[in-house]
Amino acid sequence: MTKEQVNHIQETRRILKQFSRKRGNLIPILQEVQGKLGYLPREAMLVIAGFLGIPAIDVYGVVTFYNQFRLNPPGKHSIRVCLGTACHMKGGYIALDAWKRRLDIDSGETTPDREFDLDTVACVGCCTMAPVTVVDDKPQAQVEPTKVDGILLSFELEKEKASKENL
Amino acid sequence: MKTVSLTIDGKEIRAKEGEKVLWVALDNGIYIPNLCVIREALQSPAACRLCFVEVEGKDKPVTACTEPVIEGMVVNTQGPQALRLARTAFELLMASHPVECAHCLSRDSCELLKIAPHLKVRLKIKRLRGLPRGLPIDSSSPLFIYDPNKCVLCGRCVWVCRERLGIGDISFAHRGFQRVVATFGDEPMARARCSACDECVTVCPSGALCFKDGKGPKEELNRPVEKSKS
Repeated sequence: MTKEQVNHIQETRRILKQFSRKRGNLIPILQEVQGKLGYLPREAMLVIAGFLGIPAIDVYGVVTFYNQFRLNPPGKHSIRVCLGTACHMKGGYIALDAWKRRLDIDSGETTPDREFDLDTVACVGCCTMAPVTVVDDKPQAQVEPTKVDGILLSFELEKEKASKENL
Repeated sequence: MKTVSLTIDGKEIRAKEGEKVLWVALDNGIYIPNLCVIREALQSPAACRLCFVEVEGKDKPVTACTEPVIEGMVVNTQGPQALRLARTAFELLMASHPVECAHCLSRDSCELLKIAPHLKVRLKIKRLRGLPRGLPIDSSSPLFIYDPNKCVLCGRCVWVCRERLGIGDISFAHRGFQRVVATFGDEPMARARCSACDECVTVCPSGALCFKDGKGPKEELNRPVEKSKS
């Protein structure tokens, strides 16, 4: 077991102390654990299942049912592609495909270097800018595949600059 | 136990009070299509929506697997409203079920193949656009194959794993069209516990779980029982 996994188990156990062993506590527990760890790792789900005395698959079923729960660690930068009605009409799926291709991950996943995590949202309320992608809580307008490249390039330049300054 | 008399499709039947219409009909040789219900279960999930029947005095069709029989009840399994609901439910199931019966290992035990002619619905659905799921087939187990594309989400395997065996290793996961029967973390079925047990395979009505040799025991599905005339 890695150090990170051990840490996850310890954190989960600490959170579980506030709860009684009632099945109905499952969602509040999951929310609390995700709030602390940023996502719901496998080992945390197993600890929770043991605590509540329910099969692990039941925890997994709930986690995969609700959009609010993540199975992957959050990346340094969050990419949220809007697929609301307006963005859908203006090619939200093209933007999503571009992100998927460039980052080489699927929706709901995180890049192996944990730089980016990709997910979809249903309308962020600025439909005039469609298709929208929210990058680190900042909505980006008219996101076409070339704009995806542009955004990723700016992150890369930022990273290069930071590493030069550190030298 | 009190017995009541009722009529199903014009046939006069005596049955235990509170017994579900579906079981009374099947016990008396009248077939009502069904996928999700297991007789020993206390409650039917009523998930498959195929066992609709019309009951005199009720303005809407009811699911036979949840409707208890009462004195003087008149049931019609061939009512147009009920059949329309059942047909649509079946068409929706078949719209994403691959029809490759010629080389399907479960064709001899397939419940869908029996329901289609009963409801007078073709296996290849014309009315709805086909929507294949394109999920990977899990053949990791030495005993059986799990093809989630053929799954109709009836939940029989889930019930058997959880209630009859008390294991609880498989259940529903994900949501909407992505919903599948899965193990924890969507791992292959060959994990320690699932590779030693194949009880779920014996109750699968749709060929999603089937033995690799295409044979193996299959539990008798809920078929009508012809009573000898005496």
